[in-house]
Amino acid sequence: MPILEGEGVTKYFGGLAAVSDVNFSVDRGELVGLIGPNGAGKTTLFNLISGALVPKPGTIIFNTEKITGLKPHRICKKGIARTFQSVKIFPEMPVIANVLLGSTFGRSTTPSTTDAEGESAGLIAFVGLIDLIEEPAKNLTLANRKRLELARALATKPQLLLLDEMMAGLNPTEVAEAMDLVTMIRFMGITVFMIEHVMKAIMNVCDRIMVLHHGRMIAEGTPQEITNSKAVIDAYLGE
Amino acid sequence: MKISDLNFKKLWVPSVLLVILGLLSTLTLYASTYSVILITSILMYIILTVSWVIFSAPTRYISLAPAAFFGIGIYTSATLGTELPLVLVILIGALLSSCLALLIGGLTLRLRGIYFTVFTFGLVELIKHLLLWYEIKFTGTRGRFVILVDNNTIYHTMLIILVVLLITAYLIRRSKYGLALWSIGEFEDAASHSGVNVNALKTITFAVSASFMGATGAIMATRWTYVDPYIAFKALYSFMVVLMAAFGGMGQLYGPVVGAAIFAYLEEILITKFPYYYMLSFGIILLVVILFIPDGLVGVIEDWQEKREGKQNANP
Repeated sequence: MPILEGEGVTKYFGGLAAVSDVNFSVDRGELVGLIGPNGAGKTTLFNLISGALVPKPGTIIFNTEKITGLKPHRICKKGIARTFQSVKIFPEMPVIANVLLGSTFGRSTTPSTTDAEGESAGLIAFVGLIDLIEEPAKNLTLANRKRLELARALATKPQLLLLDEMMAGLNPTEVAEAMDLVTMIRFMGITVFMIEHVMKAIMNVCDRIMVLHHGRMIAEGTPQEITNSKAVIDAYLGE
Repeated sequence: MKISDLNFKKLWVPSVLLVILGLLSTLTLYASTYSVILITSILMYIILTVSWVIFSAPTRYISLAPAAFFGIGIYTSATLGTELPLVLVILIGALLSSCLALLIGGLTLRLRGIYFTVFTFGLVELIKHLLLWYEIKFTGTRGRFVILVDNNTIYHTMLIILVVLLITAYLIRRSKYGLALWSIGEFEDAASHSGVNVNALKTITFAVSASFMGATGAIMATRWTYVDPYIAFKALYSFMVVLMAAFGGMGQLYGPVVGAAIFAYLEEILITKFPYYYMLSFGIILLVVILFIPDGLVGVIEDWQEKREGKQNANP
């Protein structure tokens, strides 16, 4: 059963179609990768799903409910959380406050302060930042900032998690750790939809991969099928 | 020994606050009329600054609208002062200001950064000239007389507004909404993607902040006996408030209080002692503050505390 569906999703910036008539669907419990050359429209598609942008035309359906046109905070409360390609943490806030914001405001029902604090600390431990819990977020390394952003997204208790290039800029050890985290999140029962350029990561963990090129979906299938797809090879290397 | 230290620290702040409140609430019994009037002005500036800080400090939306909300309060007093009891006039002033803030906030808080600032500045001018046009066209006179209220009543009303404001500001800071406002200032997109209804929160907080400015305007007008649009909607008030907040520092709640108090007192001294150099010396002080203590007095105090603690750590 699909948790997320897009029908004819389109977004123009001026005359340029950043995303053009894209149909997609993500099943509950799946781990789906989204790849494509730079400027293919991957982040724009995420922005359309999370409510930062509104598709025109097109419909996005989450849990059989149309979410097109809803504000980001409403979509977040419905159960879609995301991270950003350029990490957007709250730099002056301590790590715990960053995560607390997600658990306090991001859920459909507001938890008690004690619950929110306990669960936030638990998630900070889960992503491995417990020793830095009081540290202002601006003092964190890039890898740790990404972990913090992940913890904040998880704090909203999402059913669907959108990860926008979580591995970019990380060293091989950090990439391996991030992959472990993604696998664990998946076992927690959260559906993951991730944009990634690190091929090793995406080939190893994804059930299914979608490929965008010039705003259009050019291929979709298992990692095996994608690596052998002529359309994908052409898109990346040129014909 | 540590426990007693803690208790002492915990009791220290509330007891000092109580003593100050006690001194201020009995001020009219022993202080000269001049002091009461002077302190009323200082309280007015503190209220304007602290209510500005409630909204603008955490969200970093620099509003230049205080003069507009303050002016709405003044004109509420000027038009209704003779017909309604003072308390009601003040409440209506607060209500009208917050309604205007809701309207303006709903329309413009999606503007970010400098655009919002410029809009709020324009708002003051717009209301001023609209009112001026209305007065001359329909009443035939530019100004209005305001009903007189004695100095002690004005003073006590001002003090009550300040206490309510400080409690409100403290509670907002401590609540989850304080956290959310802060997150808006840090990264608005991330805040809204974490479930914060940023537009509603900004608009409502803007209105709460405006209501205190309106209330202050309503009571302050009774001291001036005569107002016209130029007196009521003076852009200088907006600038003063921003400068006082910057001078005091916005990291802690006491920052804007202390900043406004010192600045307001300074203004009084400069105006009375050096009427010709008043603006000049004001400008120099401002430049020095912005260049050398960008985080305001709070920043200076916090640096000093850190240094002292650092020393203690080095020599245990």
